[in-house]
Amino acid sequence: MSTETAEKVEVKKPAEALLSKRRKKLINDPLVDDNPITIQVLGICSALAVTTQMKPTFVMALSVVFVIVMANLTISIMRNTIPTRVRIIVQLAVVATLVTLVNEVLKAFAYDMYKELSVFVGLIITNCIVMGRLEAFAMGNKPYDSILDGFGSALGYSWIILAVAFFRELWGSGTVFGIPVFDTVSSLFGEDFSLATNGLMVSPVGAFIILGLIIWVQRTKTGYVEH
Amino acid sequence: MQQSNTYIITFSVILTVVLGFLLSGTSELLGPIQKEAEALDTKKQILGAVVDAEKIAAMKPKEIRAYYENTISSKVVNINGEEVSEQDGVAITAEAVDIAKNYKKPAEERLYPVYIFHEEGNEDKVLSYILPVFGAGLWDSIWGYLALQTDLNTIEGVTFSHAGETPGLGARITTKDVQGRFQGKEIYNESGDLVAVEMQKGEGKDYSSNPHMVDGLSGATLTAKGVNNMLTNYLSAYESYLKKVKGNS
Repeated sequence: MSTETAEKVEVKKPAEALLSKRRKKLINDPLVDDNPITIQVLGICSALAVTTQMKPTFVMALSVVFVIVMANLTISIMRNTIPTRVRIIVQLAVVATLVTLVNEVLKAFAYDMYKELSVFVGLIITNCIVMGRLEAFAMGNKPYDSILDGFGSALGYSWIILAVAFFRELWGSGTVFGIPVFDTVSSLFGEDFSLATNGLMVSPVGAFIILGLIIWVQRTKTGYVEH
Repeated sequence: MQQSNTYIITFSVILTVVLGFLLSGTSELLGPIQKEAEALDTKKQILGAVVDAEKIAAMKPKEIRAYYENTISSKVVNINGEEVSEQDGVAITAEAVDIAKNYKKPAEERLYPVYIFHEEGNEDKVLSYILPVFGAGLWDSIWGYLALQTDLNTIEGVTFSHAGETPGLGARITTKDVQGRFQGKEIYNESGDLVAVEMQKGEGKDYSSNPHMVDGLSGATLTAKGVNNMLTNYLSAYESYLKKVKGNS
Protein backbone atom coordinates (compact mmCIF):
# COMPACT_ATOMS: atom_id res chain seq x y z
CA MET A 1 0.00 0.00 0.00
CA SER A 2 2.76 2.44 0.91
CA THR A 3 4.53 2.03 -2.41
CA GLU A 4 1.30 2.81 -4.20
CA THR A 5 0.78 6.05 -2.29
CA ALA A 6 4.35 7.11 -2.87
CA GLU A 7 4.00 6.44 -6.56
CA LYS A 8 0.87 8.54 -6.70
CA VAL A 9 2.64 11.59 -5.31
CA GLU A 10 5.67 11.16 -7.59
CA VAL A 11 3.76 10.71 -10.79
CA LYS A 12 0.89 13.14 -10.32
CA LYS A 13 2.28 16.40 -9.08
CA PRO A 14 4.60 17.40 -11.87
CA ALA A 15 2.34 15.93 -14.54
CA GLU A 16 -1.05 17.36 -13.60
CA ALA A 17 -2.38 20.14 -11.37
CA LEU A 18 -4.09 18.97 -8.19
CA LEU A 19 -7.39 20.20 -9.56
CA SER A 20 -6.82 20.17 -13.28
CA LYS A 21 -9.66 20.58 -15.75
CA ARG A 22 -10.00 16.83 -16.17
CA ARG A 23 -10.18 16.34 -12.43
CA LYS A 24 -12.71 19.09 -11.93
CA LYS A 25 -14.81 17.32 -14.49
CA LEU A 26 -14.68 14.18 -12.35
CA ILE A 27 -16.42 16.10 -9.59
CA ASN A 28 -18.66 18.35 -11.67
CA ASP A 29 -20.02 15.82 -14.10
CA PRO A 30 -22.02 13.73 -11.65
CA LEU A 31 -23.51 16.85 -10.07
CA VAL A 32 -25.72 17.65 -13.03
CA ASP A 33 -24.80 16.28 -16.45
CA ASP A 34 -24.26 12.74 -15.33
CA ASN A 35 -26.12 12.74 -12.03
CA PRO A 36 -26.39 9.25 -10.55
CA ILE A 37 -30.02 9.70 -9.54
CA THR A 38 -31.58 11.90 -12.19
CA ILE A 39 -29.63 10.73 -15.23
CA GLN A 40 -28.35 7.26 -14.40
CA VAL A 41 -31.41 6.58 -12.22
CA LEU A 42 -29.41 4.71 -9.58
CA GLY A 43 -29.92 4.73 -5.82
CA ILE A 44 -33.61 5.55 -6.18
CA CYS A 45 -34.66 3.23 -3.36
CA SER A 46 -32.90 5.14 -0.60
CA ALA A 47 -33.75 8.46 -2.27
CA LEU A 48 -37.40 7.59 -1.73
CA ALA A 49 -37.08 6.04 1.68
CA VAL A 50 -35.03 8.43 3.79
CA THR A 51 -36.15 11.77 2.42
CA THR A 52 -39.16 12.58 4.60
CA GLN A 53 -36.99 14.84 6.73
CA MET A 54 -33.83 16.83 6.22
CA LYS A 55 -31.90 15.64 9.26
CA PRO A 56 -31.81 11.89 8.56
CA THR A 57 -31.30 12.69 4.89
CA PHE A 58 -28.26 14.75 5.76
CA VAL A 59 -26.82 11.93 7.85
CA MET A 60 -27.55 9.49 5.04
CA ALA A 61 -25.81 11.80 2.55
CA LEU A 62 -22.74 12.04 4.78
CA SER A 63 -22.66 8.27 5.17
CA VAL A 64 -22.86 7.75 1.43
CA VAL A 65 -20.09 10.30 0.81
CA PHE A 66 -17.89 8.50 3.33
CA VAL A 67 -18.63 5.03 1.96
CA ILE A 68 -18.18 5.89 -1.72
CA VAL A 69 -15.00 7.90 -1.23
CA MET A 70 -13.36 5.35 1.07
CA ALA A 71 -14.45 2.40 -1.05
CA ASN A 72 -13.17 4.05 -4.20
CA LEU A 73 -9.86 4.83 -2.49
CA THR A 74 -9.42 1.34 -1.06
CA ILE A 75 -10.32 -0.47 -4.25
CA SER A 76 -8.18 1.87 -6.31
CA ILE A 77 -5.17 1.23 -4.07
CA MET A 78 -5.70 -2.51 -4.32
CA ARG A 79 -6.74 -2.53 -7.98
CA ASN A 80 -3.57 -4.14 -9.30
CA THR A 81 -3.63 -6.93 -6.75
CA ILE A 82 -7.31 -7.84 -6.93
CA PRO A 83 -7.81 -11.08 -8.88
CA THR A 84 -10.32 -10.34 -11.65
CA ARG A 85 -12.33 -13.47 -11.01
CA VAL A 86 -13.27 -12.44 -7.47
CA ARG A 87 -13.27 -8.69 -7.90
CA ILE A 88 -16.99 -8.20 -7.29
CA ILE A 89 -16.90 -10.08 -4.03
CA VAL A 90 -13.81 -8.12 -2.97
CA GLN A 91 -15.61 -4.87 -3.72
CA LEU A 92 -18.62 -6.09 -1.79
CA ALA A 93 -16.49 -7.04 1.20
CA VAL A 94 -14.88 -3.61 1.28
CA VAL A 95 -18.19 -1.79 0.92
CA ALA A 96 -19.88 -3.98 3.51
CA THR A 97 -17.07 -3.32 5.96
CA LEU A 98 -17.31 0.43 5.48
CA VAL A 99 -21.08 0.38 5.82
CA THR A 100 -20.83 -1.62 9.04
CA LEU A 101 -18.31 0.90 10.35
CA VAL A 102 -20.71 3.76 9.61
CA ASN A 103 -23.52 1.87 11.33
CA GLU A 104 -21.41 1.18 14.43
CA VAL A 105 -20.30 4.79 14.68
CA LEU A 106 -23.88 6.00 14.36
CA LYS A 107 -24.96 3.54 17.03
CA ALA A 108 -22.35 4.88 19.41
CA PHE A 109 -22.61 8.60 18.79
CA ALA A 110 -26.04 9.26 17.30
CA TYR A 111 -28.32 6.57 18.66
CA ASP A 112 -31.53 8.28 17.55
CA MET A 113 -30.22 8.50 14.01
CA TYR A 114 -29.13 4.89 14.23
CA LYS A 115 -32.63 3.80 15.18
CA GLU A 116 -34.11 5.72 12.32
CA LEU A 117 -31.54 5.02 9.65
CA SER A 118 -29.87 1.71 10.39
CA VAL A 119 -31.97 -0.20 7.85
CA PHE A 120 -31.13 2.26 5.12
CA VAL A 121 -27.48 2.61 6.08
CA GLY A 122 -27.22 -1.15 5.73
CA LEU A 123 -28.74 -0.82 2.30
CA ILE A 124 -25.93 1.47 1.12
CA ILE A 125 -24.24 -1.84 0.30
CA THR A 126 -26.79 -2.42 -2.40
CA ASN A 127 -26.77 1.18 -3.57
CA CYS A 128 -25.87 0.75 -7.21
CA ILE A 129 -23.95 4.03 -7.18
CA VAL A 130 -21.29 2.58 -4.88
CA MET A 131 -20.70 -0.64 -6.78
CA GLY A 132 -21.07 1.23 -10.06
CA ARG A 133 -18.23 3.63 -9.27
CA LEU A 134 -16.00 0.85 -7.99
CA GLU A 135 -16.47 -1.30 -11.06
CA ALA A 136 -16.49 1.52 -13.60
CA PHE A 137 -13.84 3.81 -12.18
CA ALA A 138 -11.82 2.72 -9.17
CA MET A 139 -10.80 -0.61 -10.73
CA GLY A 140 -8.95 1.25 -13.50
CA ASN A 141 -7.85 4.58 -12.05
CA LYS A 142 -5.34 5.93 -9.58
CA PRO A 143 -6.32 6.59 -5.95
CA TYR A 144 -6.49 10.38 -6.06
CA ASP A 145 -8.67 10.42 -9.17
CA SER A 146 -10.86 7.75 -7.63
CA ILE A 147 -11.39 9.86 -4.52
CA LEU A 148 -12.48 12.78 -6.69
CA ASP A 149 -14.74 10.57 -8.74
CA GLY A 150 -16.34 9.08 -5.65
CA PHE A 151 -16.74 12.49 -4.10
CA GLY A 152 -18.42 13.80 -7.23
CA SER A 153 -20.87 10.94 -7.48
CA ALA A 154 -21.67 11.07 -3.78
CA LEU A 155 -22.30 14.81 -3.95
CA GLY A 156 -24.49 14.32 -6.98
CA TYR A 157 -26.51 11.81 -4.98
CA SER A 158 -26.50 13.98 -1.86
CA TRP A 159 -27.78 17.21 -3.33
CA ILE A 160 -30.66 15.44 -5.02
CA ILE A 161 -31.81 13.62 -1.89
CA LEU A 162 -31.39 16.81 0.14
CA ALA A 163 -33.45 18.73 -2.40
CA VAL A 164 -36.17 16.08 -2.33
CA ALA A 165 -36.09 16.06 1.48
CA PHE A 166 -36.31 19.84 1.62
CA PHE A 167 -39.58 19.95 -0.31
CA ARG A 168 -41.00 16.86 1.35
CA GLU A 169 -40.31 18.13 4.85
CA LEU A 170 -41.48 21.65 4.05
CA TRP A 171 -44.74 20.63 2.42
CA GLY A 172 -45.30 17.46 4.40
CA SER A 173 -44.48 18.60 7.92
CA GLY A 174 -44.15 22.37 7.53
CA THR A 175 -40.60 22.34 8.87
CA VAL A 176 -37.03 22.48 7.57
CA PHE A 177 -34.38 20.65 9.61
CA GLY A 178 -37.04 20.43 12.32
CA ILE A 179 -37.46 24.20 12.45
CA PRO A 180 -41.15 25.07 12.11
CA VAL A 181 -41.56 27.21 9.00
CA PHE A 182 -45.32 27.07 8.46
CA ASP A 183 -46.04 27.92 12.09
CA THR A 184 -43.69 30.88 11.96
CA VAL A 185 -45.30 32.14 8.76
CA SER A 186 -48.79 32.00 10.23
CA SER A 187 -47.72 33.66 13.47
CA LEU A 188 -45.95 36.43 11.54
CA PHE A 189 -48.63 37.22 8.98
CA GLY A 190 -51.74 36.25 10.89
CA GLU A 191 -54.28 33.46 10.55
CA ASP A 192 -54.88 34.10 6.85
CA PHE A 193 -51.47 32.68 6.12
CA SER A 194 -51.83 29.48 8.09
CA LEU A 195 -50.63 26.83 5.68
CA ALA A 196 -51.86 23.27 5.64
CA THR A 197 -49.38 20.41 5.40
CA ASN A 198 -49.79 17.79 2.71
CA GLY A 199 -49.79 14.22 3.99
CA LEU A 200 -48.96 12.94 0.51
CA MET A 201 -45.47 14.39 0.82
CA VAL A 202 -44.73 12.26 3.86
CA SER A 203 -45.50 9.05 2.01
CA PRO A 204 -43.08 7.66 -0.62
CA VAL A 205 -45.45 8.86 -3.34
CA GLY A 206 -44.40 12.39 -2.48
CA ALA A 207 -40.79 11.50 -3.18
CA PHE A 208 -41.71 10.11 -6.60
CA ILE A 209 -43.48 13.34 -7.49
CA ILE A 210 -40.68 15.62 -6.31
CA LEU A 211 -38.02 13.46 -7.91
CA GLY A 212 -40.00 13.40 -11.16
CA LEU A 213 -40.25 17.18 -11.13
CA ILE A 214 -36.52 17.57 -10.50
CA ILE A 215 -35.70 15.19 -13.35
CA TRP A 216 -38.13 17.02 -15.63
CA VAL A 217 -36.65 20.44 -14.87
CA GLN A 218 -33.13 19.15 -15.21
CA ARG A 219 -33.67 17.35 -18.49
CA THR A 220 -35.47 20.33 -19.95
CA LYS A 221 -32.38 22.40 -19.21
CA THR A 222 -29.72 19.92 -20.29
CA GLY A 223 -31.69 18.50 -23.17
CA TYR A 224 -30.80 14.98 -22.10
CA VAL A 225 -32.89 12.30 -23.76
CA GLU A 226 -32.90 8.61 -22.89
CA HIS A 227 -32.33 6.33 -25.85
CA MET B 1 0.01 -15.41 -11.52
CA GLN B 2 -2.91 -13.32 -10.37
CA GLN B 3 -5.37 -15.76 -11.87
CA SER B 4 -4.01 -18.83 -10.09
CA ASN B 5 -6.24 -20.45 -7.53
CA THR B 6 -3.57 -20.21 -4.85
CA TYR B 7 -3.30 -16.47 -5.37
CA ILE B 8 -7.05 -15.98 -5.25
CA ILE B 9 -7.40 -18.04 -2.10
CA THR B 10 -4.48 -16.31 -0.36
CA PHE B 11 -5.83 -12.92 -1.37
CA SER B 12 -9.30 -13.74 -0.07
CA VAL B 13 -7.97 -15.09 3.21
CA ILE B 14 -5.80 -12.03 3.85
CA LEU B 15 -8.64 -9.67 2.94
CA THR B 16 -11.06 -11.51 5.19
CA VAL B 17 -8.66 -11.46 8.12
CA VAL B 18 -7.83 -7.78 7.72
CA LEU B 19 -11.48 -6.72 7.39
CA GLY B 20 -12.46 -9.05 10.21
CA PHE B 21 -9.91 -7.50 12.55
CA LEU B 22 -11.00 -4.03 11.54
CA LEU B 23 -14.64 -4.78 12.31
CA SER B 24 -14.10 -6.60 15.57
CA GLY B 25 -11.69 -3.87 16.63
CA THR B 26 -14.30 -1.18 16.04
CA SER B 27 -16.96 -3.18 17.77
CA GLU B 28 -14.68 -3.71 20.77
CA LEU B 29 -13.72 -0.04 20.84
CA LEU B 30 -17.22 1.39 20.46
CA GLY B 31 -19.00 -1.27 22.50
CA PRO B 32 -19.05 0.59 25.84
CA ILE B 33 -20.18 3.84 24.20
CA GLN B 34 -22.94 2.00 22.36
CA LYS B 35 -24.10 0.35 25.58
CA GLU B 36 -24.33 3.74 27.21
CA ALA B 37 -26.25 5.16 24.27
CA GLU B 38 -28.64 2.22 24.48
CA ALA B 39 -29.14 2.69 28.22
CA LEU B 40 -29.84 6.36 27.68
CA ASP B 41 -32.34 5.50 24.98
CA THR B 42 -34.17 3.13 27.35
CA LYS B 43 -34.35 5.89 29.94
CA LYS B 44 -35.77 8.21 27.32
CA GLN B 45 -38.41 5.64 26.43
CA ILE B 46 -39.35 5.10 30.08
CA LEU B 47 -39.61 8.83 30.69
CA GLY B 48 -41.43 9.20 27.39
CA ALA B 49 -44.43 7.39 28.86
CA VAL B 50 -44.96 10.19 31.38
CA VAL B 51 -43.15 13.24 30.06
CA ASP B 52 -43.77 15.19 26.86
CA ALA B 53 -41.57 14.01 23.99
CA GLU B 54 -40.53 17.59 23.20
CA LYS B 55 -39.32 18.14 26.72
CA ILE B 56 -37.13 15.04 26.52
CA ALA B 57 -35.85 15.96 23.08
CA ALA B 58 -34.74 19.33 24.41
CA MET B 59 -32.76 17.79 27.27
CA LYS B 60 -29.09 16.95 27.05
CA PRO B 61 -28.01 13.37 27.84
CA LYS B 62 -26.62 14.51 31.20
CA GLU B 63 -29.87 16.22 32.12
CA ILE B 64 -31.88 13.16 31.14
CA ARG B 65 -29.74 10.94 33.35
CA ALA B 66 -30.07 13.37 36.27
CA TYR B 67 -33.81 13.76 35.74
CA TYR B 68 -34.24 9.99 35.56
CA GLU B 69 -32.19 9.59 38.71
CA ASN B 70 -34.36 12.13 40.56
CA THR B 71 -37.78 11.05 39.40
CA ILE B 72 -37.68 7.30 38.80
CA SER B 73 -37.32 4.63 41.40
CA SER B 74 -37.50 1.06 40.26
CA LYS B 75 -38.05 -2.44 41.52
CA VAL B 76 -38.45 -5.91 40.11
CA VAL B 77 -41.46 -8.10 40.82
CA ASN B 78 -42.51 -11.61 39.86
CA ILE B 79 -45.83 -12.82 38.53
CA ASN B 80 -47.26 -12.91 42.05
CA GLY B 81 -46.44 -9.28 42.60
CA GLU B 82 -43.70 -10.07 45.13
CA GLU B 83 -40.61 -7.96 45.01
CA VAL B 84 -37.51 -9.82 43.81
CA SER B 85 -34.22 -8.36 44.89
CA GLU B 86 -31.88 -11.18 43.99
CA GLN B 87 -31.75 -14.24 41.82
CA ASP B 88 -29.23 -17.06 42.26
CA GLY B 89 -27.42 -14.90 44.77
CA VAL B 90 -27.00 -12.01 42.36
CA ALA B 91 -28.68 -8.70 43.09
CA ILE B 92 -31.16 -7.60 40.45
CA THR B 93 -31.93 -4.07 39.38
CA ALA B 94 -34.84 -3.20 37.12
CA GLU B 95 -32.54 -1.51 34.62
CA ALA B 96 -30.49 -4.67 34.23
CA VAL B 97 -33.46 -6.91 33.47
CA ASP B 98 -33.48 -7.84 29.80
CA ILE B 99 -37.16 -7.83 28.95
CA ALA B 100 -36.62 -9.47 25.57
CA LYS B 101 -34.81 -12.39 27.21
CA ASN B 102 -37.44 -12.71 29.91
CA TYR B 103 -40.16 -12.75 27.28
CA LYS B 104 -38.85 -16.10 26.05
CA LYS B 105 -39.42 -17.70 29.44
CA PRO B 106 -42.86 -18.85 30.57
CA ALA B 107 -44.84 -15.99 32.10
CA GLU B 108 -44.57 -17.45 35.61
CA GLU B 109 -40.76 -17.38 35.57
CA ARG B 110 -40.27 -13.94 34.12
CA LEU B 111 -38.98 -10.97 36.03
CA TYR B 112 -41.11 -7.86 35.73
CA PRO B 113 -39.48 -4.48 36.30
CA VAL B 114 -41.60 -1.63 37.60
CA TYR B 115 -40.57 1.99 37.28
CA ILE B 116 -42.17 4.39 39.69
CA PHE B 117 -42.33 7.99 38.59
CA HIS B 118 -42.40 10.35 41.53
CA GLU B 119 -41.97 14.04 42.21
CA GLU B 120 -38.43 15.25 41.82
CA GLY B 121 -36.47 14.18 44.86
CA ASN B 122 -39.53 12.99 46.77
CA GLU B 123 -39.98 9.25 46.49
CA ASP B 124 -43.17 9.14 48.55
CA LYS B 125 -45.11 11.36 46.19
CA VAL B 126 -45.81 8.83 43.45
CA LEU B 127 -47.15 10.25 40.21
CA SER B 128 -47.42 7.14 38.08
CA TYR B 129 -46.37 3.54 37.62
CA ILE B 130 -44.51 2.69 34.43
CA LEU B 131 -44.69 -0.92 33.27
CA PRO B 132 -42.56 -2.34 30.46
CA VAL B 133 -44.41 -4.42 27.88
CA PHE B 134 -43.04 -6.70 25.20
CA GLY B 135 -44.51 -8.75 22.40
CA ALA B 136 -44.54 -9.67 18.76
CA GLY B 137 -45.60 -7.30 16.03
CA LEU B 138 -46.11 -8.37 12.46
CA TRP B 139 -42.48 -8.86 11.47
CA ASP B 140 -40.44 -8.64 14.63
CA SER B 141 -40.54 -7.71 18.30
CA ILE B 142 -42.41 -4.70 19.56
CA TRP B 143 -42.04 -3.28 23.03
CA GLY B 144 -42.90 -0.26 25.04
CA TYR B 145 -43.70 1.33 28.36
CA LEU B 146 -47.16 1.90 29.75
CA ALA B 147 -47.67 4.47 32.47
CA LEU B 148 -50.64 4.15 34.83
CA GLN B 149 -51.92 6.97 36.98
CA THR B 150 -52.04 6.45 40.73
CA ASP B 151 -55.57 5.04 40.50
CA LEU B 152 -53.81 2.14 38.72
CA ASN B 153 -56.52 2.20 36.10
CA THR B 154 -56.15 5.25 33.89
CA ILE B 155 -53.37 5.27 31.32
CA GLU B 156 -51.13 8.27 31.71
CA GLY B 157 -49.18 7.61 28.54
CA VAL B 158 -47.42 4.98 26.45
CA THR B 159 -44.29 4.71 24.36
CA PHE B 160 -43.84 2.00 21.78
CA SER B 161 -40.80 0.89 19.84
CA HIS B 162 -40.35 -1.78 17.23
CA ALA B 163 -37.60 -3.71 15.53
CA GLY B 164 -38.98 -4.15 12.05
CA GLU B 165 -42.54 -3.04 11.48
CA THR B 166 -43.40 -1.66 8.04
CA PRO B 167 -42.44 2.01 7.73
CA GLY B 168 -45.52 4.16 7.27
CA LEU B 169 -47.85 1.37 8.44
CA GLY B 170 -47.03 -0.63 11.56
CA ALA B 171 -44.04 1.56 12.35
CA ARG B 172 -46.51 4.32 13.11
CA ILE B 173 -46.83 2.92 16.64
CA THR B 174 -43.77 5.00 17.48
CA THR B 175 -45.46 8.26 16.52
CA LYS B 176 -46.87 10.67 19.07
CA ASP B 177 -50.17 10.69 17.24
CA VAL B 178 -50.78 6.97 17.71
CA GLN B 179 -49.38 6.83 21.24
CA GLY B 180 -51.53 9.77 22.25
CA ARG B 181 -54.65 7.73 21.47
CA PHE B 182 -54.02 5.63 24.57
CA GLN B 183 -53.98 8.54 26.96
CA GLY B 184 -56.84 8.58 29.44
CA LYS B 185 -58.03 5.08 28.52
CA GLU B 186 -58.78 2.67 31.35
CA ILE B 187 -57.62 -0.92 31.85
CA TYR B 188 -60.31 -2.10 34.28
CA ASN B 189 -64.00 -2.19 33.44
CA GLU B 190 -66.78 -1.11 35.77
CA SER B 191 -67.01 -4.46 37.52
CA GLY B 192 -63.30 -4.36 38.24
CA ASP B 193 -62.10 -6.94 35.71
CA LEU B 194 -58.92 -6.37 33.78
CA VAL B 195 -59.90 -5.82 30.16
CA ALA B 196 -56.89 -3.76 29.06
CA VAL B 197 -57.37 -1.59 26.01
CA GLU B 198 -57.80 -2.71 22.46
CA MET B 199 -56.85 -1.11 19.19
CA GLN B 200 -59.74 -1.51 16.81
CA LYS B 201 -59.74 -2.54 13.19
CA GLY B 202 -59.86 0.39 10.81
CA GLU B 203 -58.95 3.94 11.52
CA GLY B 204 -60.55 7.33 11.92
CA LYS B 205 -63.47 6.47 14.17
CA ASP B 206 -64.08 8.33 17.37
CA TYR B 207 -63.66 6.13 20.44
CA SER B 208 -63.47 8.90 23.01
CA SER B 209 -66.64 7.66 24.73
CA ASN B 210 -65.29 4.14 25.22
CA PRO B 211 -62.45 3.92 27.74
CA HIS B 212 -61.25 0.52 26.48
CA MET B 213 -61.19 1.10 22.73
CA VAL B 214 -58.43 2.84 20.81
CA ASP B 215 -58.53 3.95 17.19
CA GLY B 216 -56.72 1.37 15.05
CA LEU B 217 -54.02 1.48 12.41
CA SER B 218 -55.29 1.45 8.87
CA GLY B 219 -53.17 -0.99 6.86
CA ALA B 220 -51.46 -2.36 9.95
CA THR B 221 -54.16 -4.36 11.68
CA LEU B 222 -51.69 -7.13 12.50
CA THR B 223 -49.32 -4.75 14.24
CA ALA B 224 -52.28 -3.34 16.16
CA LYS B 225 -53.22 -6.88 17.16
CA GLY B 226 -49.66 -7.39 18.34
CA VAL B 227 -49.97 -4.27 20.46
CA ASN B 228 -53.24 -5.54 21.93
CA ASN B 229 -51.76 -8.93 22.79
CA MET B 230 -48.69 -7.32 24.28
CA LEU B 231 -50.75 -5.07 26.52
CA THR B 232 -53.13 -7.83 27.63
CA ASN B 233 -50.29 -10.25 28.34
CA TYR B 234 -48.22 -7.92 30.40
CA LEU B 235 -51.04 -6.17 32.19
CA SER B 236 -52.38 -9.51 33.38
CA ALA B 237 -48.87 -10.43 34.48
CA TYR B 238 -48.64 -7.23 36.49
CA GLU B 239 -52.16 -7.61 37.86
CA SER B 240 -51.20 -9.10 41.21
CA TYR B 241 -48.59 -6.42 41.70
CA LEU B 242 -51.14 -3.72 40.92
CA LYS B 243 -53.57 -5.33 43.38
CA LYS B 244 -50.91 -5.29 46.05
CA VAL B 245 -50.16 -1.63 45.53
CA LYS B 246 -53.87 -0.86 45.63
CA GLY B 247 -54.25 -2.84 48.85
CA ASN B 248 -51.47 -0.91 50.51
CA SER B 249 -52.73 2.53 49.73
